[in-house]
Amino acid sequence: MPRKNDAAKMDEVGIEIDGEVSDSDDGVAQRRNNRRQAAGRGGAKGRGRGKKPASDEEEEDDEEEDEAPRGRRGANKKKPAKKRGDDDSEDEAPKRKRGGAANKKKGGKAQDSDEEDSDAPKGQKGRGGKGGKKGGKEEEETKGKKGDAKGKDKGKDKDDDKDKKKKKKKDDSSSDSSSNSDEEEESMSEGEMARLMEEVEEKKKLIANIRNKPWRMKRRLTHLKEAQAFVDKFEGALGKGKGRKWYAYKVMMTKKWIKFQRDFENFRTACIPWERKIKEVESHFGSSVASYFIFLRWMYGMNLVLFGFTFGLVVIPEVLMGLPYGSIPRKTVPREEQDTAQDYSVLMDFNGYCKYSVLFYGFYNNERTIGLLKFRLPLSYLMVGIGTFGYSLMLVIRTMAKNADVGGGDGEEGEFTFAWKMFTSWDYLIGNAETADNKYASITTSFKESIVDEQENQKDENIHLRRFLRVLANFLITCSLGGSGYLIYFVVKRSQEFATRDDLSWYEKNELEIIMSLLGLVCPPLFETIAELEDYHPRIGLKWQLGRIFALFLGNLYTFLFALFDEVNTKLEEEQAIKNASIYAMKEYYANYSRLVNDSEATPPPMNPADVIRGPCWETAVGIEFVKLTVSDIQVSYLTILIGDFARAVIVRFLNYCWCWDLEAGFPSYGEFDISGNVLGLVFNQGMIWMGAFYAPGLVGINVLRLLSSMYYQCWAVMATNVPHERVFKASKSNNFYMGLLLLVLFLSLLPVVYTIMTLPPSFDCGPFSGKSKMFDVVMETIDLDLPAFMGTLFSYAANPGLIIPAVLLMVLAIYYLNSVSEAYKNSNMELKKKMQMARDEEKNRRNNTDSTNQVMKDLEDLLPNRSLAPPPEPEKPPEPEPKPTKTKPGAAGKGVNLQKDVALASPNPNARGPVSRAPGPRGPGPGPGPGPGPGPGPGPGPGPGRGRGRGPPPR
Amino acid sequence: MGNKQTTFTDEQLEAFQDCTFFTRKEILRLHSRYRELAPHLVPLDYTNNPDIRVPLALIVTMPELKENPFRDRIVETFSEDGQGNLSFNDFVDMFSALCETSPRELKTIYAFKIYDFNRDNFICKDDLQQTLTLLTKGELTEDEVLLVCDKALEEADLDGDSKLSFSDFQNMISKAPDFLSNFHIRI
Repeated sequence: MPRKNDAAKMDEVGIEIDGEVSDSDDGVAQRRNNRRQAAGRGGAKGRGRGKKPASDEEEEDDEEEDEAPRGRRGANKKKPAKKRGDDDSEDEAPKRKRGGAANKKKGGKAQDSDEEDSDAPKGQKGRGGKGGKKGGKEEEETKGKKGDAKGKDKGKDKDDDKDKKKKKKKDDSSSDSSSNSDEEEESMSEGEMARLMEEVEEKKKLIANIRNKPWRMKRRLTHLKEAQAFVDKFEGALGKGKGRKWYAYKVMMTKKWIKFQRDFENFRTACIPWERKIKEVESHFGSSVASYFIFLRWMYGMNLVLFGFTFGLVVIPEVLMGLPYGSIPRKTVPREEQDTAQDYSVLMDFNGYCKYSVLFYGFYNNERTIGLLKFRLPLSYLMVGIGTFGYSLMLVIRTMAKNADVGGGDGEEGEFTFAWKMFTSWDYLIGNAETADNKYASITTSFKESIVDEQENQKDENIHLRRFLRVLANFLITCSLGGSGYLIYFVVKRSQEFATRDDLSWYEKNELEIIMSLLGLVCPPLFETIAELEDYHPRIGLKWQLGRIFALFLGNLYTFLFALFDEVNTKLEEEQAIKNASIYAMKEYYANYSRLVNDSEATPPPMNPADVIRGPCWETAVGIEFVKLTVSDIQVSYLTILIGDFARAVIVRFLNYCWCWDLEAGFPSYGEFDISGNVLGLVFNQGMIWMGAFYAPGLVGINVLRLLSSMYYQCWAVMATNVPHERVFKASKSNNFYMGLLLLVLFLSLLPVVYTIMTLPPSFDCGPFSGKSKMFDVVMETIDLDLPAFMGTLFSYAANPGLIIPAVLLMVLAIYYLNSVSEAYKNSNMELKKKMQMARDEEKNRRNNTDSTNQVMKDLEDLLPNRSLAPPPEPEKPPEPEPKPTKTKPGAAGKGVNLQKDVALASPNPNARGPVSRAPGPRGPGPGPGPGPGPGPGPGPGPGPGRGRGRGPPPR
Repeated sequence: MGNKQTTFTDEQLEAFQDCTFFTRKEILRLHSRYRELAPHLVPLDYTNNPDIRVPLALIVTMPELKENPFRDRIVETFSEDGQGNLSFNDFVDMFSALCETSPRELKTIYAFKIYDFNRDNFICKDDLQQTLTLLTKGELTEDEVLLVCDKALEEADLDGDSKLSFSDFQNMISKAPDFLSNFHIRI
């Protein structure tokens, strides 16, 4: 994560600068007198030099160079600053130049932020009192912002950056020197314009980012006001002549746009449902349980969009504009089924009227356009089917990317065990006493465990037994996975047998669903039991468990699918026969009619649609299977909650009064919320929806209802019947883990659907694609008939293998390229990490004052030049006198000062501690981002940004 | 808000929205929550920015903070006078920094301040001990506490001054997997 590292570094660097910046602020005032000379002369010159590793710089140079930025900054001031001496800054600045020239920009943000701290002691009031201070402060901010913006660029092209900056600075100072003479005259020179423009931009950025600053609200508000006033004042002044109007217009539009965005954002957040409910759960159960509900809500949102597509573009048009029920065979219940079509049991199996309804594929007519609007239903059906997948893929991937962005660093396990436990284990969301108690207990246990681990570190145990047990456990689990797969296959086969019979019991009819739900119910606890053999660490154990359940579900789903495909194939064969028969019957009918009536002219009355022989319509059959599966899944999960959680809770609660042992604390106790199981259930349910939605458009609607009800139901259940986890697992990162599962499931459910769309012929007498040899022919048809001819040729060219193959090749190349790029990033990332690790080790070693445990480091140390020959480091400055705290909190006092002794992560500061026996070694190749790539981080001469700040603490 | 009494002017709301991560509605809700704490102190009308502070003792009764072992520190950190008296600005500030959308950098800074009990801008051993005592309700023995503190210091202290500076802290936190998910309060 190069970015993360950068960011970290950036901030640290910022810290070390900040003190000086605030100092310089004061210095500015003093030097305002000579700035006119200095800015012009020294600015350009000194700056150019400042970039170099100025190892040979003398005090005067420093002075002068120091002057320059100040002068520049001062020059920007609109108001006269009060004089105030503060000489510390003079020594600081050069060092900053040297050490952190590059970092200055990077550190912009932090600089800004920490400025606050350095300000704090001086106090807001104090500042306000000094009339001109404001201006300076403002300038600084903008400077910080500049840095911020820059710093956000990749740290890689730092050198570029530097150059740019240099140029800009020169620009600045030159424009400053010119502007000094006529401050804010109407005749704005080119440079002036540029500067003003830049400033305005910076202010804007400040306005946009002000919420990210660790300032007091009051200060933020003041700054915001100032910045806004500034922008308002000068924005209009930019642009000249004709451009001016245009610019003003643009500015106005931007403002409106921002306003609109904010309103929209307000509206959007107002639309997010269940915020309160989730908060309630969160405060009771901590963030991990809440993460499930947030996931559920996310799913609901996604399904709502899918629902909107499906119903808006497919179902509603068909209902409103398509032929009504009973008009054509596919929309009519066949004669032989009509008697039972309204029976409850039949309807519950989604047969009868349900089967011939808008819920399923078969109902849709293959008319090319329907209604007055000439709505192309078949095309829209196909597009919605594909669009469902497209949208879901996009959404999942986007969310994953966003999560990955947020989800912290990838700290290696064990690096910060105790520190993390200490600072990140408390869940700030907890607002319930019981949960809090549990949390306290679990934190205490985890600390104790860590202590024990730390003390014995490695338990000696029978590793062979452990291995054997693990292999055994995996063997058992594989067996049960295979068994469950076979069971499902067997059941599906049997159900095909049953399909030919009529005398079926309820169980036989629903065997498949029952078996699948039971497997889903029984197997996970079984796995858990087996997993106890393995004796993994709970967190690793959880991962295994999740993986196994996932495998189980997936195996079941795919076995189910394959069995289904078998069925589809038999149906397809059957259909062929029926097709012939029905055409024959139709012919017979007409022939008979004409013979009977004896009038070949008269058109025969159409056959009653209920009597027409029709094919099995495999699509609807598949759709029904999925809907049944979904519904039984809903039933089972709701019943589980009702029995497993609610009934248990009731029994435990009320039988406890008359029972021989304590039920609440003892054996049954209350249930815990099974996060992983629930999330997996949700994910697989979604997989079924994705697979089934194409064949049963109504499935999406059912799912929306399910999610909606389950939100309320589970919220209630969890609040009413469950107890907080005793061992709280962290929800961290698992968010993306779940998303990853979802993506996998999405992909896996995409495959069969696309396969059927692309290869299987649609049924001849039902569904929107009937009569076509392939479903996607509808696209071709549209291209041929509705688009102008040249589009058709265009598409035919595009579909040419000669074009497709290069396109595929190009994509492969792109993938390869991106892959290698990411590889390179990963490498540099590793490199950086290694460096950090080295620096860390080295620090530790130094602290322990023992010789390096790291042999490589030792060797490197030996290779270093004799340091005692080099000039001694600069003398240390006495720490800055603590500014008198005004009314601000004492804690902040001196933070700006103290903080800056911190070393940038990658670079030790040899001057700051340890006996100064070694000289600082050669000044490294410029103010790099840390120790050079070579043997840099040797304990002596790290030429990093941390070097040579004279104000470190006294040696320890 | 034309029909009832205005709490904030539009400009104020805009400014608050610029300065925090909250939407208009949330700011109004925050105000009502704030007012709930001390109805007699806090006026409904905030258009002229009254300078009113609610004391710490009242703030920590909020259910969001009630169970938090660091509640006093949180409130103190965000109060401008350091005593835990929160003006409405501070109050909004607090929940803005702790809300879900605020960035890691900001949260790190405030977390550092919260855990810095003695406010010397370092998390020293005393701070660690206090943190630990609060976290475990004092269930660990003296020795264990010392051991844990030493270990934590050893892990996170990069510059070897046996206290955690901000950069140490930041380095450590930046890698923590569940800092962000845990360090937030939903209002």
